[in-house]
Amino acid sequence: MSTTVTAKGGLPAQPQQEEVNYLNVEHTISSWLLTGDHKRIAMLYLISTTFFFFLGSLAAGLVRFELTSPAGVVLESETYNKVFSSHGVIMVFLFLVVAIPAIFGNFFIPLMIGARDLAFPRLNLASWYMYMTGGLLIMIGFIAGGVDTGWTFYTPYSSMYSNTQVSLVLVGIFIGGFSSITTGVNFIATIHKMRAPGMTWFRLPLFVWAMYSTSLLLILGTPVVAITLLLVVFERLFKLPIFSPELGGDPVLFQHLFWFYSHPAVYIMILPAFGIISELIANFSRKRIFGYHFVAFSSIAIAGLGFLVWGHHMFISSQAMYESVVFSLISFLVAVPSAIKIFNWTTTIYKGNVVLSSPMIYAIGFLLIFTVGGLTGLYLGGIGTDVHLTATYFVVAHFHYVMVGGTMLAFLGGLHYWWPKMTGRLYNERIAQVNAVIMFIGFNLTFFPQFILGWLGMPRRYHYYYFAPEFQAYHIMSTLGATVLGLGFALPAFYLTASLFNGEKAGPNPWNAHGLEWETSSPPPTSNFLETPIVMDEVYDFDPVSEHEQDMADQAKKSSTENPEDHH
Amino acid sequence: MQFFNFPLSPPSASNFSAEYDVLFYVLTGLTLFFSLIVGVAVIFFAVRYRKGSKADRSRPLYENLFLELTWTIVPLVLGLIMFYFGTSLYIKMRTPPRNATEIYVIGKQWMWHIEHGNGVRENNTLHVPVGQPVKLTMISQDVLHAFYIPAFRVQEHVVPGRYTQLWFTATKAGEYHLFCNMYCGTQHSEMGGKVVAMEPKEFAEWMANGGQSVAPMSMEQAGAKIYSKIGCNNCHGAEDTLHAPSLYGIYGKRRVFADGTSLIADEEYLRSSILRPYDHITQGYGQTMPVYEGQLTEEDVINLTAYIKVLGTTTANTPTSNVNRSSAASAVSGNNNPTSLATNAMQANTPDPDATPTRRNGSPAVGAIAAEGKNR
Repeated sequence: MSTTVTAKGGLPAQPQQEEVNYLNVEHTISSWLLTGDHKRIAMLYLISTTFFFFLGSLAAGLVRFELTSPAGVVLESETYNKVFSSHGVIMVFLFLVVAIPAIFGNFFIPLMIGARDLAFPRLNLASWYMYMTGGLLIMIGFIAGGVDTGWTFYTPYSSMYSNTQVSLVLVGIFIGGFSSITTGVNFIATIHKMRAPGMTWFRLPLFVWAMYSTSLLLILGTPVVAITLLLVVFERLFKLPIFSPELGGDPVLFQHLFWFYSHPAVYIMILPAFGIISELIANFSRKRIFGYHFVAFSSIAIAGLGFLVWGHHMFISSQAMYESVVFSLISFLVAVPSAIKIFNWTTTIYKGNVVLSSPMIYAIGFLLIFTVGGLTGLYLGGIGTDVHLTATYFVVAHFHYVMVGGTMLAFLGGLHYWWPKMTGRLYNERIAQVNAVIMFIGFNLTFFPQFILGWLGMPRRYHYYYFAPEFQAYHIMSTLGATVLGLGFALPAFYLTASLFNGEKAGPNPWNAHGLEWETSSPPPTSNFLETPIVMDEVYDFDPVSEHEQDMADQAKKSSTENPEDHH
Repeated sequence: MQFFNFPLSPPSASNFSAEYDVLFYVLTGLTLFFSLIVGVAVIFFAVRYRKGSKADRSRPLYENLFLELTWTIVPLVLGLIMFYFGTSLYIKMRTPPRNATEIYVIGKQWMWHIEHGNGVRENNTLHVPVGQPVKLTMISQDVLHAFYIPAFRVQEHVVPGRYTQLWFTATKAGEYHLFCNMYCGTQHSEMGGKVVAMEPKEFAEWMANGGQSVAPMSMEQAGAKIYSKIGCNNCHGAEDTLHAPSLYGIYGKRRVFADGTSLIADEEYLRSSILRPYDHITQGYGQTMPVYEGQLTEEDVINLTAYIKVLGTTTANTPTSNVNRSSAASAVSGNNNPTSLATNAMQANTPDPDATPTRRNGSPAVGAIAAEGKNR
């Protein structure tokens, strides 16, 4: 690290005086709403995605509460269907797809590659406005009655049969989709053109590689789903015959188009999480990531293969038998790069100097949960086993293991890791560590029983199951777990907010981490670096051997001063 | 398998389920194995190499082609093996044998309508024989549905505008869940019922009886059965006896009573004389007949009356012929209880099963009543 030549301009000349940073440079509301600063836009995204996440979790809580009894508790079936649909729509389109790229990608890509900002700052701001417009339309749709189609909007139910606010919500998702596309374009241009001198491709932190792969998916996939959803709107409003057999369309065509995006969208949600985990594992094991090239290229491999497996959502949708066979084969291939990542991360910890700070506990939780989430994907990618399990709670459990246990834990790990950089404050580390454990327990209690439910044959999206009361015990377990999980989500809201007011000052590099983002002050100034940094060292350039020797020396020194009689 | 209140596996009752379960458990074994390897390694390394521990850090590893190839090739090979077995099972699932019995399924919001080859129809219940391959040809009348029988490990979408197929051979008699497993609107969760797998002999009888476990009877036949069951024929014979008058040809005749009054023997009179015989004692007889009030249901009385009307005529011995009509009705009510045959026979006049409510039949368990109340 010492060999990185950077301007230490961010460091305070006079420690007593609050230095100028991106947060305190201006205080007016318009300075936030009209900002071009990627860091401020990231903060806007953080606030708005957190708000939507909160709404989505309320819906999830209501669903879990309702399922404690086989005949429902408080909701009508119609309302229940709207509640689970809004949970899915909000979590997928307004949180998971957006959160990590738009918050951490926005904030840290320029900092990690030593740039002043993203390539197109105004496009970046426009993307937030598109996201908010989409989000607002979706919210208006929910207030005006909601949708009862599930987040998948399968035709012809969505296009011809549902009497809910489908058109409004789909237009909202369509507009929000453009925010994804512009973000992707911005990231790719930035990573290609704005790397600091010496920041070669293979010195890029793996988070940047992950964001690069994600951007490819965003650009290639989002237009397809955007147009598809628009076609559903046209069929609803103008009876354009695309998907409904009554009009002469094909209902299964929708599934092909939808999953052509929505399967890669799964990787849009998980690749950024992989990026964060690589950062956390390397920095808290204090060791260069094992097999850097394999981890980096596995992201690209996932992005590429991810476009060729959409048919595995349709094994029983009446697609041809050999079509299913091919999609299944490719689905098994895409499992391999994920396995490569898991094993490389595990091996990175070997002979490191592991610091079990809260972000690292989240990362370890991620490794354990994502392994299960990934392996249970094999049940679903294998055609024979998928037939019985598809669309049951097994699928629900599987994608929550990947999306919540994977993406959400990584998100929280990243949030705890970069919080001091983003806000300049340290939170209460002890509570944060306990919270990471609460999350892990709550998560498994919520979603593990759902694997068994699915294996027993409990269909997803069922409001009642009074005809199969044998499922109830697992539903109650799951709801108990969701309560614990809810606590795990609520606590950070309090202790992180509290840190803004009474947290200790973080300093530029509270974790003693390696990476350009830690070389500037916390929070960084508007221009990120006062002088363009020049990168001379390798990525994750830790020296675990000498660090360990230093630790041993410190301990020996300490014990000799504390217990001098030991030396008799 | 069951562990207290926690069932651990679904019933296994088709030709696919044994092979399916082997695959499932092998995958579960692999999942446990690799999760444990990763979990134990991560936690062991994190503790052993925690900062400041004394463990040896010399010669750290950063890249190793051999390791990378190992954990690329081993999962790949295992994956391909699982792919092979999964695909071979799937191809079997998609290749119905030629001798399969064909049954047709129509899905609509929110019910399953099923039609057997001989015209027997049923709603939300599918009867199949054990040991005989069955091929379902399915289509939807509105939105997407999915026909899902967990105990058989089979499932397929039911699509509007095109036929899809599903086949299986039931291997164990019993009742199993039938679910719609493709979200189809408000009452999606209640679109289902049961699959009844029957021994071939019982199934053949069931089919011959037009979809009922007992052959349907006309009202007269049902009445005749009760007539002999409760022993009417012991006293009321073909001729008047010392104990009781004959009932042959009684309907529509004037009856003169012990007190000198008289009445025409209409349905009202027959009913009251069966239930409360002492109201009107026929001239020349004493109070010897038992009182049947509280002993017979109204349905029994209606059937008895129908029989009495035709006593002594040839109709009393004519077997019924409206098998298919009444089967449709019984499929609608889903009620195979012999005591309600009269109801079935009456429903035979409205053979359109579509006209009936789409409620799930089968026995509603906990809270079903609450749910019914709510949906009204």
